[in-house]
Amino acid sequence: MQFDLLINAIIAGLMLGGFYAAVTAGISISFGMLDIVNIAHPGFIILGSYIAYIVSANFGIDPIIVAILALPVFYALGTGVYGIYFQSFEKRGQDALRGLAFFFGLLFVTEVGLILVFGVDYRTVDTVYAGGSLKLGIMEFPLRMLVPALVSLAMFAALQLYMSRTFIGRAVMAVSQDPQALELMAVDPTRIKRIAFSIAMATCSMAGAFLIVIQPVLPSSGREYIGRVFAICVLGGLGSLPGTLIAALLIGVIESIATTFYGPSWAPAVSFGLLLLTLAVRPSGLLGR
Amino acid sequence: MHTPKFTLILAAVAAALFIAFRLIGNDYLFFAGYTVLQYVVIATAWNILGGYCGYVNFGSAGFFAVGVYSTVFFHNIGQQFDFQLPIPVLMVIGGIMSGLLGLGMGYLTLRLRGVFFAIATLALLVVIETFVVNWSFVGGSRGAYIIPPSEIPVLGAFIQYLFLLMLVLVVLSLVVARTIERSNLGVGFATIRDDELAAEASGVPTLRLKLIATVVSGALFGMAGAPFPYYIGYVEPGSAFNLAYSVNAIAMPMIGGTMTWVGPMVGALLLSTLQQVITVTISSAANLLITGLLLIGFVILAPKGLVGLWQGFTAGRKQS
Repeated sequence: MQFDLLINAIIAGLMLGGFYAAVTAGISISFGMLDIVNIAHPGFIILGSYIAYIVSANFGIDPIIVAILALPVFYALGTGVYGIYFQSFEKRGQDALRGLAFFFGLLFVTEVGLILVFGVDYRTVDTVYAGGSLKLGIMEFPLRMLVPALVSLAMFAALQLYMSRTFIGRAVMAVSQDPQALELMAVDPTRIKRIAFSIAMATCSMAGAFLIVIQPVLPSSGREYIGRVFAICVLGGLGSLPGTLIAALLIGVIESIATTFYGPSWAPAVSFGLLLLTLAVRPSGLLGR
Repeated sequence: MHTPKFTLILAAVAAALFIAFRLIGNDYLFFAGYTVLQYVVIATAWNILGGYCGYVNFGSAGFFAVGVYSTVFFHNIGQQFDFQLPIPVLMVIGGIMSGLLGLGMGYLTLRLRGVFFAIATLALLVVIETFVVNWSFVGGSRGAYIIPPSEIPVLGAFIQYLFLLMLVLVVLSLVVARTIERSNLGVGFATIRDDELAAEASGVPTLRLKLIATVVSGALFGMAGAPFPYYIGYVEPGSAFNLAYSVNAIAMPMIGGTMTWVGPMVGALLLSTLQQVITVTISSAANLLITGLLLIGFVILAPKGLVGLWQGFTAGRKQS
């Protein structure tokens, strides 16, 4: 029986990890590659959840499809936020400290804005697959977790292909290493960063929809993800998408096992403890350069 | 101005404030005033590490809560022996606890670059909160009740006693901040903020200085938190670890100005008073929204805060 429990905890953890990968993808791009500490990222994910919630509740469209339709909106939002950030901090060469405070404020404003509009009740969506589950022997895959995890992996694969195969994707990788060299290649680093940041923001739309499929959402739900996403991002070795995926799966499994055997109230400490440990022992992460 | 003289003046101002409040004689004034003073201490404590050294601490609420929970802990122990420690002693203990936490955090994380340090403090906050939630002796997630006496000899209302303690702590923390700013320590902190690598290369003992900063800053947070259970009467992790403390701890010095001890004080007095007014007149959600918007507005438009604006204003007048 213990063995069954362990197997299912690992499976649940892998699916959770797939979802965490989607949540962290944006941070890996903005923080890992561009050095923009977008601590407001989880706040925008919750915004994505609420957009998926409104549209899905009013028109009965599946939240994940809503998220795909909302991608351009989030892309534009990212362009806007990066515009402000660039004009106010990057261009002036202001220290990262103020940029950090800016995003912290943004996180707070997003959260409180959502509270003022929607109140502090839990919101959920109904999907056709919410109750179903797939059974293979003793293994059980609830579709509520499986569908987001699979879509998330697909999104991750697409991102990785884009980053490693296209010109702009490679330029994004390059801008994190040497913006000046990029300028010599007649590429505008600011434009590349703007595109990359907007892509990072667009992933919030998807991650938000996954989140509300998996569990009910509160305006303040974003907070518990702040540490988690940075833990995964740092553990994965900043800016490495494959590293992020591995770290996400790892943290998903560890959290799931901790929840199954020690109770859910210990789960948050796992990822944060792991983050502290990583930072103290190996700050360059698993697949760090 | 020398430190003793400064301390005397500050103490005189504090005494005048207390007497004025007593003459008005409204207990609500003490109640609201306590929160404002508490934020002056929190903002000053944050600024010692954040403003002077340039290390952003997102986990202020964690340090504050360690102070809060050390009081709950000793209160619960005291109940078994029917003896309660006086609050000033509890404040010192809370300060020592948070100071030790600061030392531990410093050892663990201060070798990290600025941004990683900030994230690590956030992680620390959640780890501590998880431990407190799972620790049933201090109430766990259910929370703990601490019934304060309603009256106290000499002063009368208990809230006046708490207010007075916080006022003393404000004087103490401002003196500490100002002394650091004007000593070699402050110069060392500034070198870390401006260019840590160069400072290290020139022989500044950066790690030791940063440890001093985390300990002093942590201890002040803890001392600010220690009387809190007596103020609020009922503590649960959600209120002790409230993210609002972390946000305010950053927003207030940023709005006031991070370079001098005046900035956090001005920022805390203005912002916290504003929050009290908005909480009463509109809603507590709106007050957090305005805090966030002000923080964003100030970091974009006035990076040096109100103090910087004022200095620019006076310098501009001199030139013309």
